[in-house]
Amino acid sequence: MSYLELDNVTKIYPNGTKAVNETSLSISEGELMVFVGPSGCGKSTLLRMIAGLEDITGGEIKLDNRVINKVDPSERDVAMVFQNYALYPHMNVYKNLAYGLKNKGESKEEIEKKVNEVAELLEIKEFLLRKPGQLSGGQRQRVAMGRAIVRNPKAFLFDEPLSNLDAKLRGQVRIEIKKLQKQMGVTSVFVTHDQVEAMTLGDRLAVINEGVIEQVGSPIEVYEKPATYFVAEFIGTPQMNFINGKIHANKFISDEFECSINKDVKDQEVIFGIRPENLKVSANGSIKIKVDLIEKLGADSIIYGYDKSNNYLCYRENGNTKIKANEEISLEIEDENYHLFDQETKKRLN
Amino acid sequence: MSRIFRITVSHSILICGVLLMIVPLWLVFASSTHSNNFIYNEGMQWKIGGEFFDNYDRVLNRKGGFTKEITASGIFYNSFIMAFGIASLSVFVSMMAAYSLVYFKTRFSTLFFWLIFVTLLVPLELRILPSYQIVSDLNLLNSYAGLILPLSASAIATFFFRQYYRSIPEELLEAAKLDGANSWKFFIDFLVPLSKTMIAAMFIFMFVYGYNQYLWPLIMTTSEKYWTVVMGLKMIYGGNSVDRYTYVILSLIPPVIIIVFLQRLFIQGLFQSK
Repeated sequence: MSYLELDNVTKIYPNGTKAVNETSLSISEGELMVFVGPSGCGKSTLLRMIAGLEDITGGEIKLDNRVINKVDPSERDVAMVFQNYALYPHMNVYKNLAYGLKNKGESKEEIEKKVNEVAELLEIKEFLLRKPGQLSGGQRQRVAMGRAIVRNPKAFLFDEPLSNLDAKLRGQVRIEIKKLQKQMGVTSVFVTHDQVEAMTLGDRLAVINEGVIEQVGSPIEVYEKPATYFVAEFIGTPQMNFINGKIHANKFISDEFECSINKDVKDQEVIFGIRPENLKVSANGSIKIKVDLIEKLGADSIIYGYDKSNNYLCYRENGNTKIKANEEISLEIEDENYHLFDQETKKRLN
Repeated sequence: MSRIFRITVSHSILICGVLLMIVPLWLVFASSTHSNNFIYNEGMQWKIGGEFFDNYDRVLNRKGGFTKEITASGIFYNSFIMAFGIASLSVFVSMMAAYSLVYFKTRFSTLFFWLIFVTLLVPLELRILPSYQIVSDLNLLNSYAGLILPLSASAIATFFFRQYYRSIPEELLEAAKLDGANSWKFFIDFLVPLSKTMIAAMFIFMFVYGYNQYLWPLIMTTSEKYWTVVMGLKMIYGGNSVDRYTYVILSLIPPVIIIVFLQRLFIQGLFQSK
């Protein structure tokens, strides 16, 4: 059942820039949808349109069966967590949380009860009388969450809320957000450019590029079966390897190597993609690279090198590798785990 | 060693600065406590004399001017009302103007802003005849409203508030919008408390500006009942030296009260914004 629905939503700025182009998407109740994409791809614009902070040029946004295109932001029943938190600097934490409720005209006792409940949930009770300036980054983040939760909205909108935290805290808060969201069961949209955040948080991802949704699917779907060349390139670190070549008689042929493919694809120019972990060293492997650089991360090692036609390829090995720089290694493809993309339309072929 | 030297040097510079501010004031104050004849013969005095109460009582309560309608206390009262009116009105008007310029992005808001800013080039002295004409047509000659209104739109205060509002992050407005604040509420609940410091600074600035007005009150008051401080100094207490000193000391009190009172707010604001 669709709860938050975008139907051909378009945003064109007065100067003619098309930020979001006829985007349709449906998000079901209680789901956490992540918008992920490079900066400037329109993901924040899309979120802000849902929040009502940007006008909608075309199309329709529905929340709980109500068209909210022209509804005032405060009446849409959505709450937003901003990148810089946007806490009210002159109000203490209690007032920050209570402000929205006060404007709704709720009674003092009601407000106090709700604020205390949320403060308890987020463990910020002891800071209620402090001002945002006296809190640490993580605490501010909680207050920002609290301000969203206390209004008990139909949808949470997160606009890169973790990007101001340091790496360690980011990991913790990410888990907390996920837990809270599941516990409360509130439909959420989370915007990020960080693919680790996207993969770990989302029930589903929408990968956005230049105002267009390239693929919607569960994190694993998106990772294992990227629908377009862009998605394949954007999701996954280190990046997927790409080799240009062509299909002839159900065989992929490049300057470097050949491999038969398991699916009927008509003869055409293609991009062959393979993830670093789907390669393995093999004495008679068909892909030969000269090692250029090795990154040892402890749990695994990442080996970069050039093949004969000067493609920069990357291979991931578990544990601490014995391969040395400038060595020549042969790699082969594991378990037919490869991706084929049309060179022209950039769409997936297999 | 060099530390002590540095401290000595910096402190002597500071002490010089303090003396520069205090000494003339002290000279005037000490001189205002002697009898007129004594000052006339001996010049300004460093030591306090015995005529403090006589002099201050005389200056405060003696009726002056040609029609003997006004006393120095009345003059201070007039100037206080005028300066307070100008300061409060101009802070209010400037805040509203800056609010509309920054947050209601109408097509010509930048043009409007520069038009307002250009009025800095046309001070009251230049437009004194049309201003007089307007105030006279409105029947506001010899009234507090006539003293205050023509001076209560301040381009410089509008400029400062505009710059300040522009530095407030956009997200704050957006968060407030989602929390159901309309434009009036955003002004009252956010901009006013956030710009406390700026309000205090602008109020002090405009109060002193209003308090120091000379030409405008001189031109538009014909009744001595509405005389103001600077006029009084020229018209009533120009002759007698001791009365002049006394008057100068007394005339300092209203702005000092305002500054002392608002400085607390000012400093509070500085610490809060951290």
